[in-house]
Amino acid sequence: MVLRLHKLTIPSLVAVAGLLLTAAPALALSAGGEASPTEATKVAAPGSLFDAIMFYVVALVTVVSALGVCISKNVVRMAVWLFCTLGCVGLLYFLLAATFVGAIQFIVYVGGTLVLLIFGVMLTSKSPWARYETHPVELSAALVVCVGLFSTLCLVFSSMRWPVVQWETEGTAVRDIGVALLTRYLVPFEAAAVLLFIVMVGAAHLARQEKK
Amino acid sequence: MLTIGLTHYLVVGAALLSCGIYVMSTKRNAIGILIGVELVLNSAAVNFVAFDRFLVQTTLDGQIATLFVIVLAAAEAAIAVAICVNLYKNLTSVDVDQASRLQG
Repeated sequence: MVLRLHKLTIPSLVAVAGLLLTAAPALALSAGGEASPTEATKVAAPGSLFDAIMFYVVALVTVVSALGVCISKNVVRMAVWLFCTLGCVGLLYFLLAATFVGAIQFIVYVGGTLVLLIFGVMLTSKSPWARYETHPVELSAALVVCVGLFSTLCLVFSSMRWPVVQWETEGTAVRDIGVALLTRYLVPFEAAAVLLFIVMVGAAHLARQEKK
Repeated sequence: MLTIGLTHYLVVGAALLSCGIYVMSTKRNAIGILIGVELVLNSAAVNFVAFDRFLVQTTLDGQIATLFVIVLAAAEAAIAVAICVNLYKNLTSVDVDQASRLQG
């Protein structure tokens, strides 16, 4: 048991250390943005050196932890790596000046969905260390497909000329998102509300105990 | 190189998408496949926010699309975990290869 815990410790330590390393400057950035809007405009302007370094660090941790999800055989370890990936994607949203979406990512994804997944692991396994082996042929076929997909996408991106506008931003005001949700996006908003209700009833129905 | 543009974020999104597809196609644990789906959804969400930041000027279309992606991902995870629990009740395993009762 001690040995097994030790095995899990490595990815989780990497995850926590990576999050701390990347979260501290991002939090400083967003805190500075709240203090003085002019400062935030300067910091969030695309092209500053700080922005570039932050992006490379966060992107590296995101991709490495996504690869960790691919490589790990154990579903608990996959969940820990996914925790790191989701957190770093949230930090990418902060770097893209989408602060509200970043906050929602942390609250709903990292705080809600991931906990749900871990509960799923807990409820569906005789031991959380159970392994399901995949055939090596399947592994290599999937590897070829995914590397091919990634390189094709990168080729396409490098040849595309996007009509990029680099506009200065102070980050999105939550008010704007609220107004947009209740005017332009009212119908999808209500549809999402109905969907969540149906999901709640459906999940309760699916997971309930059958009376015999 | 030092100017972070749209392409940088798209490459991160592509990496997440490839990893997600790899996880979905190689893991046999149903919860593992769900984790792959989450990765794919996140790659789409990163692309939405990046396009919103770099291509669209005043609308919030990309960010709101991402909010809906997050809502749908939460709903999908709830239903999928309930299905996995049911699968485990019936088969005492979440190996997707064993869930072949409808195959005839």
